[in-house]
Amino acid sequence: MRHMKATKNIERRSFLKTTLLASGGILFGVNYASAISNEATLFDADEKLNFHDFNAFIKIATNGKVTIYSPNPEIGQGVKTSMPMLIAEELDVAWGDVIVEQAKLDTEKYQRQLAGGSQSIRKAWKPLRKSGATARQMLLEAAAIEWKIPKESLFTKEGYVYRSDGKKISYGKLVEVAAKLEVPSNVILKKPKDFTIIGKGKGNMDIDNITTGKPIYGIDYKVDNMLYAAVVRPPAFGQKLLSFDASESMKLKGVVSVFEFDNNIAVVANNTWTAFSAKKMVQAKWSSDGAIDGTSEMDQKMHQLLAGESFKNWKTSDDVVAANEEAEFVLEEIYESPFLPHNCMEPMNFFANVTDAKVELVGPIQTPEGSRKNVANKLGRKISDISVEMTRMGGGFGRRLNGDFVVDAAVISNKLRKPVKLVYTREDDMTGGVYKPCVKYKIKAGIKNNEVVSYHLKEAAVNWTMYRHNASNFPFGAISNYQVDVAKIQNDITVGFWRAPVSNFLAFAEQSFFDELSRKLEVDPIKQRLKMLAAVNRKTNYSVQRFSNVIKQVAKDANWGKTQKNRFQGFSAYYSHSTYVAEIVEIEMIDDLPVVKKVFCAVDCGVVVNPTGAENQVVGGIIDGLGHSLFGELEFEKGKPKVNNYDRYRLIRMNETPKVYCSFIESDEDPTGLGEPTLPPVSAALANAIYAASGKRLRKLPFIKDWELNIS
Amino acid sequence: MEKFRLKINKKKYQVEVDAATPLLWVLRDELNLMGTKFGCGIGQCGACTVHLNGSPTRSCLLPVAAVAGSEITTIEGLSKENDHPIQKAWKALDVPQCGYCQAGQIMTASALLEENKAPSRDEVREAMQGNICRCAAYNKIEEAVLLAADENKLNS
Repeated sequence: MRHMKATKNIERRSFLKTTLLASGGILFGVNYASAISNEATLFDADEKLNFHDFNAFIKIATNGKVTIYSPNPEIGQGVKTSMPMLIAEELDVAWGDVIVEQAKLDTEKYQRQLAGGSQSIRKAWKPLRKSGATARQMLLEAAAIEWKIPKESLFTKEGYVYRSDGKKISYGKLVEVAAKLEVPSNVILKKPKDFTIIGKGKGNMDIDNITTGKPIYGIDYKVDNMLYAAVVRPPAFGQKLLSFDASESMKLKGVVSVFEFDNNIAVVANNTWTAFSAKKMVQAKWSSDGAIDGTSEMDQKMHQLLAGESFKNWKTSDDVVAANEEAEFVLEEIYESPFLPHNCMEPMNFFANVTDAKVELVGPIQTPEGSRKNVANKLGRKISDISVEMTRMGGGFGRRLNGDFVVDAAVISNKLRKPVKLVYTREDDMTGGVYKPCVKYKIKAGIKNNEVVSYHLKEAAVNWTMYRHNASNFPFGAISNYQVDVAKIQNDITVGFWRAPVSNFLAFAEQSFFDELSRKLEVDPIKQRLKMLAAVNRKTNYSVQRFSNVIKQVAKDANWGKTQKNRFQGFSAYYSHSTYVAEIVEIEMIDDLPVVKKVFCAVDCGVVVNPTGAENQVVGGIIDGLGHSLFGELEFEKGKPKVNNYDRYRLIRMNETPKVYCSFIESDEDPTGLGEPTLPPVSAALANAIYAASGKRLRKLPFIKDWELNIS
Repeated sequence: MEKFRLKINKKKYQVEVDAATPLLWVLRDELNLMGTKFGCGIGQCGACTVHLNGSPTRSCLLPVAAVAGSEITTIEGLSKENDHPIQKAWKALDVPQCGYCQAGQIMTASALLEENKAPSRDEVREAMQGNICRCAAYNKIEEAVLLAADENKLNS
């Protein structure tokens, strides 16, 4: 197949192609990648399009039904609803006539076909709308030809083109003519005030499948003659497999094979339960080169790091050392957070079918492209041999960015040359690695004349440091003498992205510290924050006005400072993954423990594409964040996780859940994401409320340990 | 391996499996009833909840040998037209996020309404606390159970 490189001057052609379908109707092939990338690779222009050529597309049938293929993986963040809404809006069709299907991985046609970092909507905002608008222009043109009147006198609404005399014709009747037209290059997008779909709450596209139990998740995937695999992994990080005895396992009826691969043992059977049962019967011997750290050893090393000098500098402005020397007093505190497993409700799993001709991969993955590359490298296969189909995911939270289990499934299938579904037990899922890293922050600030004059943040982490750009967030810009330094220790525990990477704990440390500073200064924390924002005099990555607005909004919503008796509030605000968030947590103390009663939240994410989905993300992020700050912790002993299932790993439950109230700031700004933003601020808002209620300052997560407050 | 006769969603099935196999895996691997989900395998998360003679029961711990002869209802058999009040309320409020735990949530909630036609908010919160949702859709689940209990509101 011949390929050519796209350049700007052929964008018109690369952006959208049309073809008639044998079944009737038209296919608008949308290359939305080319709208945002000058380097997109295209098929030869003369090549006939079919379903496999373009996966991102709009299909209009002659009966007017519209199918929109949603490019990005769905992990519960709602893109399978919200991304098609962008196309449907500009195409001007009735939402009820739209069918949404998940597109397969196709790097030729898409860019950034992944779920992570709350970026899907932000990056697709203009390209996807443009695709809808282009198709609409062609339908208008087709109507003008049909009626032999100027296009300018026509308008569209809900899947029809109208004449000024009220006569209308459906898109379905126009598609055959439209398909033969030149694709327009410059289309005008709607103004936000004219939106009829964007900004109106739309339900989850998969709702009926979910409430009737249809097999839409990866773990539900099944083909004829498929085998089921479970994997025995080292009990502790850093251990090596010495030998194993599977003779007992092989006696179980239905066990097909037990073999070693990559320091693991694969147990393959003809159903899941047999694979799980046989896995338990494998006798394996493991060893390590030396002592492996547990939580207490790691804690000690991180404290030594914080006290030492071996930091890498991420950001410096002016001179924190000199400012501290001149300060009337300095405040210095350490904040600590543990490792966290992701605990997606759907345990990790993947389907692989490796044959001489091809490699089929199907399952729940946030990074289909990267995982395909890893499988290609591991098996020594060509990328073009490998197909990836994305299923709906039972949660991602960052765990499914790491496709280790995809490679494992492929290796097992490759060995047996049979279709195999690899399934983790919950214990595998919780102890198999890739955790939010354990991190500690030391923050030091100087105060002079009732002003914060310096701010120095030091990070010590296990196997991970914050991104350089995190160091440019608030309070950079508000405090002139500012410095961020990072350091890490390294060991064999695997770490990775966890919902709201870095900010999930950085926000806790900083937002708790600001509360402490306000108490020191004897100023209301919200007044102090607004004052600091008003003092910003440098170019910052955040807008002072939008940041201040969410803070004022939440203070109003929560009736800040005027709670009923025995209720106490805590405040926190964060510029969070490109979205502005301010939160107030309201608690009561019962038997010396916090009971969260209400949470107020104000959000500025620009245009709210789908208010229903947006509310779900905002409220869910807050409750998830509360749960993890109250209870979440994975400790280690000699490299081995101390707990492995929900009997001893506590997740928040409904009877512990407060009511969350959220306000969205009305805005015409381009939208930003919502999957992560509301989680980071909430832990500090809770800690600050606990301080207000009890005078106890919690600087270590989780807040509750052994049924008591966890005071460091 | 033994043969078991099962009655699921008012249909009769026969399976040949190890007697210790949990009902969950019989449903999923043998009978292709995939709506009932695997979450933890130790009865802690509620994703595998089915009705056993009308009571909400964790199918991940329930050996198939113990349920022969019982009336089993799974999410697939909750209603014919996806129109159980709980299903209607779930759709009306757009409850699910990732949706994976929702079959279990729905089975627990529908069993609660069988037993208590008009539960209070606190009764809902107590009855639902055995079902974990990592997306933390709890506010919506709570409202949806209350909405389902209020038929007039649900149909309006």
